[in-house]
Amino acid sequence: MPVAVRRRSLPISLLAWRIAGYVAMIVAVLIIGLPVYWTVMAAFKETREIYSLPVTWWPTNPTLANFPAAWKAAPFGRYYLNSFIVTFLGAAAEVTLALFSAYALAYLRFPRKDLVFLLLLAALMVPVEITIVPNYLTVARLGWINTYQGIIVPGAAIAYGTFLLRQAFLSVPREILEAAKVDGAGHLRTLFSVVMPIAQPAIVTMALLSVVSKWNEFLWPLIVTNTTDMRTLPIGVFWLRNSEGLSNWGVVMAGSLFLIVPVLIGFLLAQRAIVEGMTAGAVKG
Amino acid sequence: MATYTPRQEHHPKTSRREHREWLLFALFIGPNLLLFGVFTYWPLLYNVYLSMVRWDFLRPTMPFVGLQNYISVFSDPRFWNIIWQTATFTIWSVGLTLTIGLLLALLLNQPLRFRNTARAVIFTPVVISGAVVAVVWSYIFDPRYGLIDQLLGFIGLDSPNWLGDAFWAMPAVIIVYVWKNIGYAVVIYLAGLQNIPRELYDAARVDGAGAWDRFWHVTLPGLSPVAFFLSVTSILTCFQAFDIIRVLTNGGPADATTTLVFHLYELGFVSYDAGKAGVVAIVLFLIMLALTIVQLRYVERQVTYG
Repeated sequence: MPVAVRRRSLPISLLAWRIAGYVAMIVAVLIIGLPVYWTVMAAFKETREIYSLPVTWWPTNPTLANFPAAWKAAPFGRYYLNSFIVTFLGAAAEVTLALFSAYALAYLRFPRKDLVFLLLLAALMVPVEITIVPNYLTVARLGWINTYQGIIVPGAAIAYGTFLLRQAFLSVPREILEAAKVDGAGHLRTLFSVVMPIAQPAIVTMALLSVVSKWNEFLWPLIVTNTTDMRTLPIGVFWLRNSEGLSNWGVVMAGSLFLIVPVLIGFLLAQRAIVEGMTAGAVKG
Repeated sequence: MATYTPRQEHHPKTSRREHREWLLFALFIGPNLLLFGVFTYWPLLYNVYLSMVRWDFLRPTMPFVGLQNYISVFSDPRFWNIIWQTATFTIWSVGLTLTIGLLLALLLNQPLRFRNTARAVIFTPVVISGAVVAVVWSYIFDPRYGLIDQLLGFIGLDSPNWLGDAFWAMPAVIIVYVWKNIGYAVVIYLAGLQNIPRELYDAARVDGAGAWDRFWHVTLPGLSPVAFFLSVTSILTCFQAFDIIRVLTNGGPADATTTLVFHLYELGFVSYDAGKAGVVAIVLFLIMLALTIVQLRYVERQVTYG
């Protein structure tokens, strides 16, 4: 009986499968992790070591010199400031707009509200890439080239986040809302002290998503800034590579870590919420 | 659309309150819609206008040239080459992401120790800036001192000049793109795997189906909606890929990695040809619109019958 034969050999084949599984997992982690490892190692190597063969897997004379060198090669203090301003204000704008829009869509009466909702969602179909030339002209006309508002305002409107929050708001129990109304709470009070605390996980998820995307944004800040002192971190690291790459990889890798490390720390702390936010909507439940 | 409204009664006395609520609705959602109007919908229309004028961003006049920009873009073999390259980039990136992602998801769905750590590591590149990922990889691809050259050295091979060779530049971009985005596919697949009912596997086992049969007849069909969703979203993000290409290869060498989005950027902000940039923006929009409609159809079906 074939089934019986298979049963008897199961423990051994199961063990083999387990081992194969662990090997495959280690290989996958190595492939994803090695480039990051390589970056970190290079950041601690002396320039001489980076450009000598055979290449070393561990710095023979570990040095911190690349970090101050990178900080001096480009105004990283200023890049940090710019990135923090753009990320914080940009994400705050998105969250605020999403909160009010979602509240309106979930609870307030308006004729043909479904059409308004559609108008908002349809914006998801227009990729930012195709708007760059007209938006550059608009921002230029406003006199906003090379300003924080020029970087922040064109990307402040939010459709996906509004959609996420609306879903969360709709699941707030009806009785709680009725109770708030009986207590004489207006819409602002209801939003801030009833709906927001209940929908807090969704709001945090949405905010984190917003922060990550603003922190990493590249195309628009690249176009709309034209002096060193207005660049954000990704653009700063890009220019650092253009000026120092090839001849000074250690400094460039140290500069890259200036941007990567805060993201990694944030990701470690809020991994669940970030992954959830990025994958929400793909699979139900 | 199922929307919850706290009050349903339509009493004449409440109409005043209702109007106040309309006003509040407009105030709440107005700023968001206004911003979309100015920075999303208006650019869409403005691109149509730009596509029919000749303009270099400087001249005070924008002479109307009708369809001339369209003719000169479409009759340029370079444009068709770029379309071809966008398709190559997309098909390879999406194909590799979906297949490797599926294998990794199946692996990480097994009861292995540390699998949550492995998931976190694999997802990490997704949250790192594409520009910086490309900066890091430009060192990794260094044909003399880079990581890839080291690894190839173990098996006695020499690294090609990845970024300086018209043949290898596109594979390099695809490798980086897949490396950065694979984690997203893995997480989506894993969620899809979790959604396949256990009973289906049990029933298959009772029917005497082996591991391979269960994979073919339960797992794969169960994952197909997720795979469809992933392929459409991945195609859409591939069409938008900019930062990695700009930083890693700048579209070169000799146009070898120029895709539609990069071409649009180049026309607008390197050669300052607003008219042709408008044409490319419209082409890009129409392609992506078609893809989004396909995707929405799918979401609709999921919500209705899923």
